[in-house]
This record gives sequence, C-alpha cells and structure tokens, in this order.
Amino acid sequence: MSLFSKQNKKVFTEPLNINNPIMVQVLGICSSLAVTSQLKPAIVMGLAVTIITAFSNVIISLIRNTIPNRIRIIVQLVVVAALVTIVSQILKAVAYDVSVQLSVYVGLIITNCILMGRLEAFAMTNKPWPSFLDGIGNGLGYAMILVIVGAFREFFGRGSLLGFQIIPKSVCDAGWNNGMMTMPAMALILLGCVIWIHRAYFVKDDK
Amino acid sequence: MEHIINLFIRSIFVDNMIFSFFLGMCSFLAVSKNVKTSLGLGLAVTFVLVITVPVDYLLQTKVLGPNCLMEGVDLSYLSFILFIAVIAGITQIVEMAVEKYSPSLYGALGIFLPLIAVNCAIMGASLFMQQRIGLDPASTQYIGSVWDSIAYAFGSGLGWTLAIVSMGAVREKMQYCDVPKPLQGLGITFITVGLMAMAMMCFSGIKL
Repeated sequence: MSLFSKQNKKVFTEPLNINNPIMVQVLGICSSLAVTSQLKPAIVMGLAVTIITAFSNVIISLIRNTIPNRIRIIVQLVVVAALVTIVSQILKAVAYDVSVQLSVYVGLIITNCILMGRLEAFAMTNKPWPSFLDGIGNGLGYAMILVIVGAFREFFGRGSLLGFQIIPKSVCDAGWNNGMMTMPAMALILLGCVIWIHRAYFVKDDK
Repeated sequence: MEHIINLFIRSIFVDNMIFSFFLGMCSFLAVSKNVKTSLGLGLAVTFVLVITVPVDYLLQTKVLGPNCLMEGVDLSYLSFILFIAVIAGITQIVEMAVEKYSPSLYGALGIFLPLIAVNCAIMGASLFMQQRIGLDPASTQYIGSVWDSIAYAFGSGLGWTLAIVSMGAVREKMQYCDVPKPLQGLGITFITVGLMAMAMMCFSGIKL
C-alpha cells in the first residue's frame, strides 16, 4: 500500500468535512466551546489536540495486538495522559500566557471524546500509518471548527482578530463590542448555527 | 460552615458545570433524550464526583503538592496521569459495588457507569479543585479542606443533574415541534442549551 493511496486519502479528508468530529460524530464538544472566546487559544488548542490525536493513534496502533481486550480503556487513557502531560509542560515552557488562558482545558484533552473515539474506532483495528493520517485529519477537522467559532466570537465580541484591533477603537466603543459574544451561551448558539449551515449545504444523504 | 454552604450554592448555580464550563457535554448531548435516563446518569455522575474529588484532593495535598513527599519536590506535573487513574479505578469499584449490593440501581444505571470514566465533568472537577487550592482563602471558590472538596463535588454534581434533567424535559417536549430539517437533532439542541445557559447567567449576579 503506497503512502497516499486512495483509501488513505479518504481517511485523511473525510473528517474535514462530511465526517467532521464535532459536527457529525459529536465528539469533543466540551473543550471546543470553552476555549473559543478568542482566536489565539482556539488555534493553540486545535494544534495540541491534532498532535495528541495523531501520536496516541500511532502508539495505540503499534501496540494494538499486545493489549488485552479487558484493560484496553485504561491502557489508552494512560497513553493519552502521558502525551497530554508532555504537551502541557511544553506549552507552559513555550507559551505561558496561552497555557494560563486555556487553564484546565489542556488537562481535559485527556477526556476529550475525540481521542477515545478515534482510538476505539480506528487505531485499534488499523496499521500505524493510516491511524496517523486519521488522527491528523480528525484533529484538523476539530481545529477548523474551533477557528471558525473563535474568529466569530473574537471579531464580534472585541473587534479584533488574534489580538490585533481590526475595527477602530472608536467604533468599538460606540457599540460594536457585543459582550454577549464572549459569554459561554453564545458559543453554544454559534456552534448550533455552524452545524445548521453545514447540514443544510454539505450533508445530502439525509433521510 | 458558612463557606461550605456558599461554595455549595455557588457550584450548583453560578459555576454550573454545563452552562458555564461546558464540562461533560458529550454525554450530556448523547443521553438527554428523556427525563428518566437523564436523571439516572445525573445521579451516577454526582455519586462518582463525591467520591473522586475528595480522593484527588488528598492526593494533591498529601502527595503531589510542593514539599509534600520530599522537601523541594513538586510532583504536580504527574497529576493528569494520577487523577485519570484514580477516576478510572473508582468508577470500576463503584460499578462492582453497585452491581453487588444494589442490582436494581445497577440495572437502572446500566451502561452509564463505565462511561463516566471518560466524562469530562469528573476530570474537570478534579482539575478545578487543584486550581482552587491555590486561591485566596477569602474567595467563595476557595477549597481548603476535605469538607470543602466534598461540598464542591456534591454541588457540581447536582448542578450537572439539574442541567441534564431540564434538558431531557425540554427535548421530550421538542419532539412535537416543527424544527427546520437541517437544524433537527444536534443543531437545535445546541441552540436550546445556549438559551438555557443565557437564563442561568442571571444567577451570576448572586452575591455569596
């Protein structure tokens, strides 16, 4: 099997659109809502999840034949927890302010359902290379939604993107800033609308 | 005593797990299809929370914290692995105990018990507890003893139950509504949770 055979390509691109982890598989909702009040933490979180999903997929896929079936959940949890610990230490060293902003949600990647879902559904039955692609694809699909929601919330809530002021300050003070957008409630409603648009345009084979 | 009551009320209404931190969303969305199963899962989550959070509190303050095991050693970077191991272990023990001593409850909770190990609400409560140990003792969110951690866990669990039961009730009614087709299912659920979260925001003005 070549590196980018048709099947592997499908594994990689499907989670970006028609099999998106957040919109279609309904995995990993918790963290996707909490970190999206601004764009920067959303991007960092998306990258962290992508890396962790990819590598935990590879590790589990490498040792999948040696794991006794009864204790596989705990083995998966330990692998994921070790990777999350490494990523969180790196984040603290390299980007301390973002890691403070993300607070407990970095640790919560462990219980992010995307990881457990992909490990159970894909890595346990597939070879390391397709598993790696599957991890990257799902991670990027997740990051994509985070970036869309994060950009909306930061732009309409603060008039800025990635911390740069885009809407002039005077316009912001005159009523552009919508404090509601930075509240938790709007994250839910925005995500609901994203799912609505996605279902209306991309999912054709509905019953 | 006053602090414990404040912490308890605060963790139910103001720091609600679902509506202000989005913890445990996955099972919240998957299970809240009717009131009865919602209540079962809510109780199971509360039960596991009340046991795990105090255990994690003791681990954090007696073993992992700075200068606990040895002078100058701070093991808190190990907390992720230890906490998840404790949660998975306790879920397993609770499952076995419930199966042995109360088969009827076991039948009612069914598959929810093992699922709790990967519920973000449990892990999230432990991590928030770890963060709050370092807070200013005057703050209502401060957790400074085992009793505080039990009150926090119980309050969070009740808050979560409240959220999932009300969501279950709304979804039961929603079956008779004419929702646009692409919005059906997940989309409308999100928007409903958003509106409920907006309503819960009025509690954030409570002064405790």
